[in-house]
Amino acid sequence: MNVNVPTNVRTMKTAAEQALADAFVSAQPKLPGKGAVAALRADAFQRFETAGLPHRRVEEWKYTDLRALMREAQPLAGLPDAAAKAKAKNAGALFAGIAARKLVFVDGAFAPDLSDLSPEAGLAIVSMADALAKGDALVAAHVGKTVETNDVGVALNTALMGDGAVIRVAAGAALAKPIHLVFFGAQAAASVTRSLLVVEKGASVTLLESHDNAAGQVNTALEIVAADGATVEHVKTVRAGALHLSSLIASVGARARFNTFAFTTASALVRNQMFIRFAGEGTQAGIGGATLARAREHVDNTLLIDHAAGGCESRERFRAVLDGQSRGVFQGKIVVRPHAQKTDARMASHSLLLSDDAEANAKPELEIFADDVQCGHGATTGALQQDLLFYLRARGIPKRQAEALLIQSFVAEPIESIGHEGVRAALNAAVERWLGERE
Amino acid sequence: MSLLEVKNLHARVGERQILNGLTLTVEKGQVAAIMGPNGSGKSTLAYVLAGKPGYEVTGGEVLLDGESVLGMEPEVRAAKGVFLAFQYPMEIPGVASMTFLRTAVNAQRKARGLAELSTPDFMKKVRETAGALGISNDMLRRAVNVGFSGGEKKRNEILQMAMLEPKLAVLDETDSGLDIDALRIVADGVNRLRAPDRAMVVITHYQRLLSYIVPDVVHVLAKGKVVKSGGKELALELEAKGYADFVGEAA
Repeated sequence: MNVNVPTNVRTMKTAAEQALADAFVSAQPKLPGKGAVAALRADAFQRFETAGLPHRRVEEWKYTDLRALMREAQPLAGLPDAAAKAKAKNAGALFAGIAARKLVFVDGAFAPDLSDLSPEAGLAIVSMADALAKGDALVAAHVGKTVETNDVGVALNTALMGDGAVIRVAAGAALAKPIHLVFFGAQAAASVTRSLLVVEKGASVTLLESHDNAAGQVNTALEIVAADGATVEHVKTVRAGALHLSSLIASVGARARFNTFAFTTASALVRNQMFIRFAGEGTQAGIGGATLARAREHVDNTLLIDHAAGGCESRERFRAVLDGQSRGVFQGKIVVRPHAQKTDARMASHSLLLSDDAEANAKPELEIFADDVQCGHGATTGALQQDLLFYLRARGIPKRQAEALLIQSFVAEPIESIGHEGVRAALNAAVERWLGERE
Repeated sequence: MSLLEVKNLHARVGERQILNGLTLTVEKGQVAAIMGPNGSGKSTLAYVLAGKPGYEVTGGEVLLDGESVLGMEPEVRAAKGVFLAFQYPMEIPGVASMTFLRTAVNAQRKARGLAELSTPDFMKKVRETAGALGISNDMLRRAVNVGFSGGEKKRNEILQMAMLEPKLAVLDETDSGLDIDALRIVADGVNRLRAPDRAMVVITHYQRLLSYIVPDVVHVLAKGKVVKSGGKELALELEAKGYADFVGEAA
């Protein structure tokens, strides 16, 4: 299929936009999937072409001007070599203490030889590249259809999606152990991954995601379709040396339990965006994140929470610790549809600034169209409380240790909402390591 | 040698000069009460002794066991045996009381070149001490002072003091906000900690506390200096007459 690149829509293209357009044109014949998939890609690419990279005048990207921040677009990563695969064996170490089924991706490509594909009742796993190429029915039914969004980051992902995991948990199944998606990048090249998790009625799953990429530009998306009565716990960690753009797109059915958490440290430029839609009544959800940033790091957590059905409870809890000249962004929008009565949504975003040069931007929004709801939001930004610090020091705790104790307790609050004890412990340990590296 | 010697101490907070040549000596084993009207500098003295940032010493000396402490960080003073029981103990969300106590005890032991307390030894000591103060295991598991009543917070201060075994304990208005039962529990806790090698400076506005913690000496503070010293009967005299005789105006 040919794509006509319209030259009249936007005359000024940045180098990165041009490179992305070129990448699409040259990669198109090799990207997995024909027919409907190719049409989906072309349509998504058209959206990117029309809008260009998002910039500060696009409200949802106000504080993360991708067009300015993304000076160049790296070429798409080639197939990983043996050396890269060898390194990938140690990736995802943060969750090393947790017995999990690992599925490993190196520079965006599935590495079956590093992955645990042993059969388990109620669980089906295929690679996204295979599923796209074969016209897999699950992929055809859900990819790009979970929640409607015009976001350009998602559009780019759809246009260029290469590989990822397609996971189906059958009705009523409760998996023996968590699934751990490990994304490891070794090249200074772009990888575009797309995954799909379908959790059928009453099934339960814990999905861990580790992204560890020192130099590559990553665009990753995960679609979760949780049916009625499903239980999903999703925890994602990011270490990104270059650029990490991630989209969680989830549609949650009735009476489900849905938890998602984004943990970001040691990352140059990260955007975690979440598009979550409550489509059935009586669901309880926790949407959380913890960010630890220093130097010139930039971490953006942006959520769009759509209460499309009544009687759901959602708790959004985000905390950021910002040192050096780092910048933390939180944008959270909760929409309550006219018929979504008895919605109970509470959003809190708190940032702790450890230096005079760190910056926090918070933009919480509520759009409520129903009249019988409980919704609230709170956002704070501040430094460590000097009185508290003195109290600890007056008990003999040295200043650095006292600060660490207070920072750790600050970040622990949202982490406590994670159900899996091993994951909580792993994240708290990662916070401790980060504090240990503080200058 | 006296345990604490405060010589001609001048201190200010921001632009406000609060201590104006305060001189005070406290001996080992002694309980010294510091009384005085509001604004006389009682709490400032407590904070200056503990080393609170923002309390600027503009003159004079503070010696602990003959060593000047004014240049020391608060944590160094604590490890040397200075303990301040706060008038308003802080709430520390997310830090369990047990963790806090343990971190403090071990930080001080480390500073003194001692090995950390083993978990069983630590637990045993906490349980015994907490039990005597009516502090439950549940309170120890909870975040420091979060959701505690005024009385519970003050008992928690005394628990910390008992665990840290200071040489010099400064109790800043420990009676404020306490009803009579809570006052008795706290006073009993303090009295148990009286020891020949430990001194206590009990800061209070009222004589009431001194019926329970009977001082060896009473110093009256006014306008940032000690204006009169005497025995425990001085507290009763103050209670009857007020501070007017000492400060030249009604307190």
